[in-house]
Amino acid sequence: MDSSGSARAAGEHLGAPLVELERVNKHFGDLHVLQDINLTVRKGEVLVVIGPSGSGKSTLCRAINRLETIDDGDIRIDGEPLPAEGRDLARLRADVGMVFQAFNLFAHKSVLENVTLGPRKVRRVPKAKADEEGLALLDRVGVKNQADKLPAQLSGGQQQRVAIARSLAMHPKVMLFDEPTSALDPEMINEVLDAMVQLAHEGMTMIVVTHEMGFARKAADRVVFMADGQIVEEATPEEFFTNPRSDRAKDFLSKILTH
Amino acid sequence: MQEYLDIVREYDVLGAFWVNIQLAFWAALLALALGSVLALFRISPIGSLQWAGTTYVTVFRNMPLTIIMVFMVLGAWGQLDLSLSTDFNTNFFWLAVIGLSVYHAAFVCEAIRSGVNTVPVGQAEAARSIGLSFLPAAWLVILPQAFRGAIAPLGNVLIALIKNTTVAAAASVATETSSVMKTMIEFRSDYIYAIFFTFAIGYVILVTPVGLLTTSLSRSLAVSR
Repeated sequence: MDSSGSARAAGEHLGAPLVELERVNKHFGDLHVLQDINLTVRKGEVLVVIGPSGSGKSTLCRAINRLETIDDGDIRIDGEPLPAEGRDLARLRADVGMVFQAFNLFAHKSVLENVTLGPRKVRRVPKAKADEEGLALLDRVGVKNQADKLPAQLSGGQQQRVAIARSLAMHPKVMLFDEPTSALDPEMINEVLDAMVQLAHEGMTMIVVTHEMGFARKAADRVVFMADGQIVEEATPEEFFTNPRSDRAKDFLSKILTH
Repeated sequence: MQEYLDIVREYDVLGAFWVNIQLAFWAALLALALGSVLALFRISPIGSLQWAGTTYVTVFRNMPLTIIMVFMVLGAWGQLDLSLSTDFNTNFFWLAVIGLSVYHAAFVCEAIRSGVNTVPVGQAEAARSIGLSFLPAAWLVILPQAFRGAIAPLGNVLIALIKNTTVAAAASVATETSSVMKTMIEFRSDYIYAIFFTFAIGYVILVTPVGLLTTSLSRSLAVSR
């Protein structure tokens, strides 16, 4: 793995805006979890969202494929506004990959079936072709030899890599990662991060909610720091981790860095 | 003893049990189908379907089965001319099957819904995130796991259904066990205890394997997480 952080930070490899959020607001009862969020993620960009728990970063991530509805504001993906519930929304979600903290692999299906279900049932890819592509994807994330097992028979790190393959199988335009390593034992975190770094270097557009600084430095173009439902700071990873501007960010970093 | 066996043969007790087994079989199939649809209604994101499912369950779960069975004969057939066969007895048989199905579908629905509650919400979110809309997500991801989590409660519904087939007497199915038992007692009251025991033990023998089977299935098919 190289550390091309500074080269990526220049940003010349980025394309047109792919995910756009404009004045997005959401409440959970009295709690204003997303406050006037404006954010644009360009094609090929890797954005890391960081912040204390309860800052709204997971909600932001989930709002982008409408697993959480928003109260007002606009979210556009590839120029198209997020559709309401129904067929159009399903079509959009097929183009937006999502990797969850708790993996959420389909518990009753084999690893390979987990990866091929979307292509077969949503994209109508014939079984033989879906299987072939699914195995190639499992190979890519290093779990091809587990293809016939059930998810519960795999370690957390293996399950999360299968979940990444499951998302990739849909050929998404952008991938969302909602704290993908938070539920993992420490020794399994790197195998998942390695797969994500590889993905980033292949040019995938990624929005990653994580506290993994190593990942941010290695792969991210930009870091967004959230607190209390607001975007407090935006910077390159190097800038953010070495020289945070806001007091909230300084305070947060001092807590996660001093051990 | 010989005389007792002759009575059992004369009144075709085995045949009577066979009628109840057939009633239970068809009613179980129909109730499972209808109950699954109702469960889908209740977990669907559409308000009017949820309402329809909830109302159905509230009405039929809280209504005595006997009243439904009597209605099938006196109301559905007698007044509304719902005829399912030109043969008198076959017609009553199917009217009873429908009455049993309609009633037990409410319980099947609730059993499946309890199974749905065993499926973590993340499964539905993952299904939606790969672009499956409600029906495919329910059919491919949620219900297969929900059924496996619902085997034990579904087994209880099946046990109740098998025994409740005796209420088909109220729908004029004269060849089923409770009708036959009544006739036997009427004509051979000298064997009243033997007759009672025959039917009581008959049902215990019939139903026990169902309980054993569903218990072992609910263990072997449990979804490991």
